[in-house]
Amino acid sequence: MLLIHCPFCGPRDQTEYSYGGDATLQRPTDPAALSDQAWGEYLNVRDNPAGLHDEMWQHAQGCRRWIGVRRNTLTHEIVSTWSPDAAEAA
Amino acid sequence: MSKGGQSMPFRIADGGRIDRTRTFDFTFNGRQYQGHPGDTLASALIANGVRLIGRSFKYHRKRGIVAAGAEEPNALVQLGSGARTEPNMRATQIALHDGLVAASQNCWPSVDFDIGAVNNALARLLPAGFYYKTFMRPAALWMTYERLIRRAAGLGRAPTEADPDRYAHSHAHCDVLVAGAGPAGLAAALSAARTGARVILVDDGSEVGGQLLGDTARINRNDALRWVREVWDELTTLPQVKVLVRSQVAALWDQNMATVVEQVGKGGPLAPHLPRQRLWKVRAREIIVATGAIERSIAFGDNDLPGVMLAGSARTYLNRYAVQAGRRAIVFTNNDSAYHAALDLHRSGVPVSAIVDVRAEPGREVRAAASEAEILVLPGHAVLRALGGDSLRAALVAPVDVEGRATSDARENARTVEGDLILVSGGWNPAVHLWSQARGKLRFDPVLATFVPDHAIRGIRCAGAANGAFCLADCIVQGLAAGAAAAKDAGFARGPTLLPPHIDREASAPIAPVWQVQYPTAYRFKQFVDPQNDVTVADIELAAREGYRSVEHLKRYTTLGMGTDQGKLANITGLALLAAAIGRPIPEVGTTTFRPPYTPVTLGAIAGPEVGAHVDPVRHTAMHAWHAEHHAVFVNTGLWRRPQFYRQGKESDLDAVNREVLAVRNGVGLVDVSTLGKIDLQGHDCAEFLHRVYINNFRSLAIGRCRYGVMLREDGMVFDDGTVTRLGETHYLMTTTTANAVRVMAQLEYLLQVEWPQLDVYLTSVTEHWAAMALAGPRARAVLSRVADIDVGDAALPYMAWRECRIAGVDARVFRISFSGELSYEINVPANHGQPVWEALVAAGTEDGLCVYGTEAMGVMRIEKGHFVVGPEADGRTTPDDLGLGRLVKKEGDFIGRRSLAKPGLAALDRKQLVGLAPVLKREPIARGAMLVIDPRHQPPCTMEGFVASTCFSPNLGMSIALALVSRGRARIGERLWAMSPLSRMSTEVVVVEPVFFDPDGARLRV
Repeated sequence: MLLIHCPFCGPRDQTEYSYGGDATLQRPTDPAALSDQAWGEYLNVRDNPAGLHDEMWQHAQGCRRWIGVRRNTLTHEIVSTWSPDAAEAA
Repeated sequence: MSKGGQSMPFRIADGGRIDRTRTFDFTFNGRQYQGHPGDTLASALIANGVRLIGRSFKYHRKRGIVAAGAEEPNALVQLGSGARTEPNMRATQIALHDGLVAASQNCWPSVDFDIGAVNNALARLLPAGFYYKTFMRPAALWMTYERLIRRAAGLGRAPTEADPDRYAHSHAHCDVLVAGAGPAGLAAALSAARTGARVILVDDGSEVGGQLLGDTARINRNDALRWVREVWDELTTLPQVKVLVRSQVAALWDQNMATVVEQVGKGGPLAPHLPRQRLWKVRAREIIVATGAIERSIAFGDNDLPGVMLAGSARTYLNRYAVQAGRRAIVFTNNDSAYHAALDLHRSGVPVSAIVDVRAEPGREVRAAASEAEILVLPGHAVLRALGGDSLRAALVAPVDVEGRATSDARENARTVEGDLILVSGGWNPAVHLWSQARGKLRFDPVLATFVPDHAIRGIRCAGAANGAFCLADCIVQGLAAGAAAAKDAGFARGPTLLPPHIDREASAPIAPVWQVQYPTAYRFKQFVDPQNDVTVADIELAAREGYRSVEHLKRYTTLGMGTDQGKLANITGLALLAAAIGRPIPEVGTTTFRPPYTPVTLGAIAGPEVGAHVDPVRHTAMHAWHAEHHAVFVNTGLWRRPQFYRQGKESDLDAVNREVLAVRNGVGLVDVSTLGKIDLQGHDCAEFLHRVYINNFRSLAIGRCRYGVMLREDGMVFDDGTVTRLGETHYLMTTTTANAVRVMAQLEYLLQVEWPQLDVYLTSVTEHWAAMALAGPRARAVLSRVADIDVGDAALPYMAWRECRIAGVDARVFRISFSGELSYEINVPANHGQPVWEALVAAGTEDGLCVYGTEAMGVMRIEKGHFVVGPEADGRTTPDDLGLGRLVKKEGDFIGRRSLAKPGLAALDRKQLVGLAPVLKREPIARGAMLVIDPRHQPPCTMEGFVASTCFSPNLGMSIALALVSRGRARIGERLWAMSPLSRMSTEVVVVEPVFFDPDGARLRV
């Protein structure tokens, strides 16, 4: 079971979190401008990397914050975690 | 408990780690025996001369005790009786206690006379893969075969009663977790602890010491157990060290999490406050695997006869438990370690007939010690076969070459060596199970002829015999180094350097990697590799001939290593034999995957306290006690308990629901709607935010007004619905469905925190802060006006508006919104006031015949009104237009899901649309979940026009009605279809109608 470092609460057990998918995905600012093909890819197409993967987790049983997690899908090693707000500021 | 031990013929007079001042009585197979504290069931059985412990899995052959620890394949017993009975328990790990009851497994009618043993006579007919080959055809009969095969081949029996014991879960964190408290583990724990690191030391034995408890090693020129005692004393005085004995590290998971199963107490009855087992979830910065090594056997003829035992285990029984495993021993080995067993037994008075060594050159020191003890050593020889019917009486011994192949003159030089005990040693396999579970790699060490840990992995180290260090001095040196290094990696400054104690080293000769004794076909006897699953050398060779070249396939085909012991004894030997059979080197064949747990874990420990009523928390609304008192029949919706209906007298379920529906439609009713999700929104951008998450326009919502809203998923499908009320300039209240309350909150949080962090909106879930109840029906206003301190007339509180007021003296919010289709007020009060306000409303409604109603009546009324709900109609495949909500979709601006609505598939003309169904014959019911077809005579597969989503009996219309999703449904009003339900054997002719059955203009809402 993973131990995930919440930037707000510290290291917490995986059972306190819920998974939220690819963190690199950003909702298009003007979806209407996208072709059906491009929108379909945003909706449905995901990488399945063997190695580092940036993903969202919500600290659902804790501070309720969504956080970014860089996880190695092969070893489950968690390289870093961050607050999406901080990423915005950086 | 009786005094004195007049029995126990195989117990020696002194020595061992048992308490002879006390005697336990125990029962095995119905017979009474005695043992002492410190005994295991296995050592006590050996002390009493009990050799036949069970019958084998497939051939029902007689089996005895082979080992002294977790690797035991044969001595599995049914432990205890009644609700506490446990199958497949290893006698070698059961601490003896007074009154213990155990019995043999897999034999009928008794272990001495077992009818299933006929399989042994038929063994030629039962080769590897026999079941696959024989019972393949006809396929339909497999179900029958399987039951019979399983009964014939079963192990123990699971208890049929509920487990009366409790199990606990504990969480722990430490800097260094040490698995195994043998010499390496003790040294590692000590050197780590001296730095100040928090250490947890775990061992499956009843005391620490590991192998040292079972041999006669010397440390610092003294009994090694004195060193063990010193280390133990120091560890137990350090506050940051925790030692768990009778505990097994069952598994290592990702990120250095370990699960440890602790047996609480010393066996026998427990104090009532104690759990029987405790499952520890330990998070460790660093882990040291010091789990020792497991001795392996050598395959020779009839090597499963009771009396054939691992040499190291016999030594443990002698030195630790003070029992002699036999009266005269024969030792068969390919390495030096077994000589020590022979010498110890000899010293204790058990004559050793011969040490049979496949090597031409045994180690010089051990050989000299054997000659000094006048023990016959036969180098270059092997045991071809164990002799004896019920029990071992001799061994057939002949010369072999260095690979264990009988020489050409073997037959003329074969001789019989007397003995009732064969101590066999085929070398040692490091217990790498935990290391491998943690994805540690292995490499084959040709000198040790076994797999050892390879390449460091972060956070985990192996030390001692688990690391391939088979000499005591190396074990302790490795342990000290591993402990210090682990503490350093965990962030602790180097402690005082610990010098290894003085240990005399012994010059030893290398092992000869012999796995099997090979001899001419004249000597064809069963050579067991995996005694638990009855897999022989011949089975492995057959599998190889049939093309099973991968060790994983071999395992599944022959069942090698698939027993409850997971092949601790058998696997390495099995794969070495496969390698030989297919002519490939052992490292290329590799090992099977080591999976957790190391030893079986009882389901009770995994479930822990989360059983019965504690599986899930229960959510009660503020009015729950009132509902229960008034005969509510409850239904589970998620974790909530909601009144389904309230039964009066002996009325049927349907009568109760009909009564409630008619009461609301014709008078007034009251329903608890507290479970709806409620989210409080505050901030300057609430309107903008709501506008982006709902399909409707929310910019225009005025203060004091409510609006119905529908949310989509980003793929365009309806996600949830509810109402939004504008409480103030920057203050809104949103309701969600009961089922989606948590999901909606998480989705809104995601959007605000990740996608639109610039929006000024704050969310608070207030579901449980407010008790909510709906007062509905033509007489609702009359009732409300008696308890509210404001005017609740249509002008003051119009449809889709809200007001703050006091109801029965309590601050309340009253919303004029309706789910039933009647004049309706939803009243929210702080949860603590829920029940008094509810009671006040019930009292105020008495003269109007107010009727409390539940979710069933609510469901009937919403079907009558054609309202979709999330689940049956909004099933994740329906768009707003499918549900007839196209008109709600705002013309301008983006919202979640808007782009998807423009995709061609979602705008297709043949999509299923929400319609109503009425039976053509008014008396006929419509089956729930029925498929809609045009012609009932068509045999499947036939075109499905749609399906019934929700159905009920409408007491207002006097017939069954249904909501359905029908392809192009809105254009087919008036068309007849058949609702077919082959499962409930119902078919009903129905007519497609508008989805709103009752008050289609909504006149009853606006009064």
